[in-house]
Amino acid sequence: MTIDWTHFTPFAALIGGALIGLAAAMLLLWSGRIAGISGIVGALLRPVHGDILWRVAFVIGLIAAPTLYRFFAPLPEVQINANFLNVVLAGGLVGIGTRYGAGCTSGHGVCGISRLSLRSVIATLSFMAAGFVTVLVLRHLVH
Amino acid sequence: MNALFSFTSGLIFGIGLIVAGMANPAKVLGFLDLAGLWDTSLALVMGGAIAVGSIAFALAKNRTQSLLGLPLNLPTATKIDRRLIGGSVVFGIGWGLAGICPGPGLVLLGSGEYLGAVFVVAMLAGMCVFEIFERQPELSSITNSLD
Repeated sequence: MTIDWTHFTPFAALIGGALIGLAAAMLLLWSGRIAGISGIVGALLRPVHGDILWRVAFVIGLIAAPTLYRFFAPLPEVQINANFLNVVLAGGLVGIGTRYGAGCTSGHGVCGISRLSLRSVIATLSFMAAGFVTVLVLRHLVH
Repeated sequence: MNALFSFTSGLIFGIGLIVAGMANPAKVLGFLDLAGLWDTSLALVMGGAIAVGSIAFALAKNRTQSLLGLPLNLPTATKIDRRLIGGSVVFGIGWGLAGICPGPGLVLLGSGEYLGAVFVVAMLAGMCVFEIFERQPELSSITNSLD
């Protein structure tokens, strides 16, 4: 294992992480909800009366974030190496997997670990391990 | 009022993802690539988020209502089963394929990235597959047998 020091951005990572934590704190303390993106979006596919507006508002906020960011600075460069078919496959797996696993990086990885849920620790270890193995196979064993 | 707070939360969440570098799939894959040049930054993103999040959850523990007087909807499930682990593994494979998870997918869509939009549509399709299986008794019995 070699650490990539040239791409290592500890301060941006910590500040960005703290903002994510702040957003989760806000949603929890004011709205009484867990900031789990897959759950917030997924439950909209089975809409329950009176439980729709806050979800839609959160998703709109997330989608509007780059626009707000652009008011202050140009958006950082984005690089998507996967091709169209890989992105379709990836999206499909993420959609199915997060619903069966009841959470993603935000719901299990941030909120679940923050509230010391063993279930979320296990889920986070599972998707992290699967992510590490997938990249290992695609980058180092297939090519 | 509730919608305003959740909109603001979504906005801050998205800004956090952009600042952290999570909205750049190449950087996420750099974190997931343990065998190559390993970019450890994203471990600090989770660390920073958990540090702040823990305080909020500690504060929420002693409350029965949110500051807006709404019920605190904390997860009650504690079961660790094949559904949880299998689902998480499927999610991890998808995450490793493109370096995009649900939050960054929506941010990429908002950035006007064409592949971000493709990801979100495919993710919604995947979530619909879950809904279809859950709603059909004969289909859900197949997946429930995984428990």
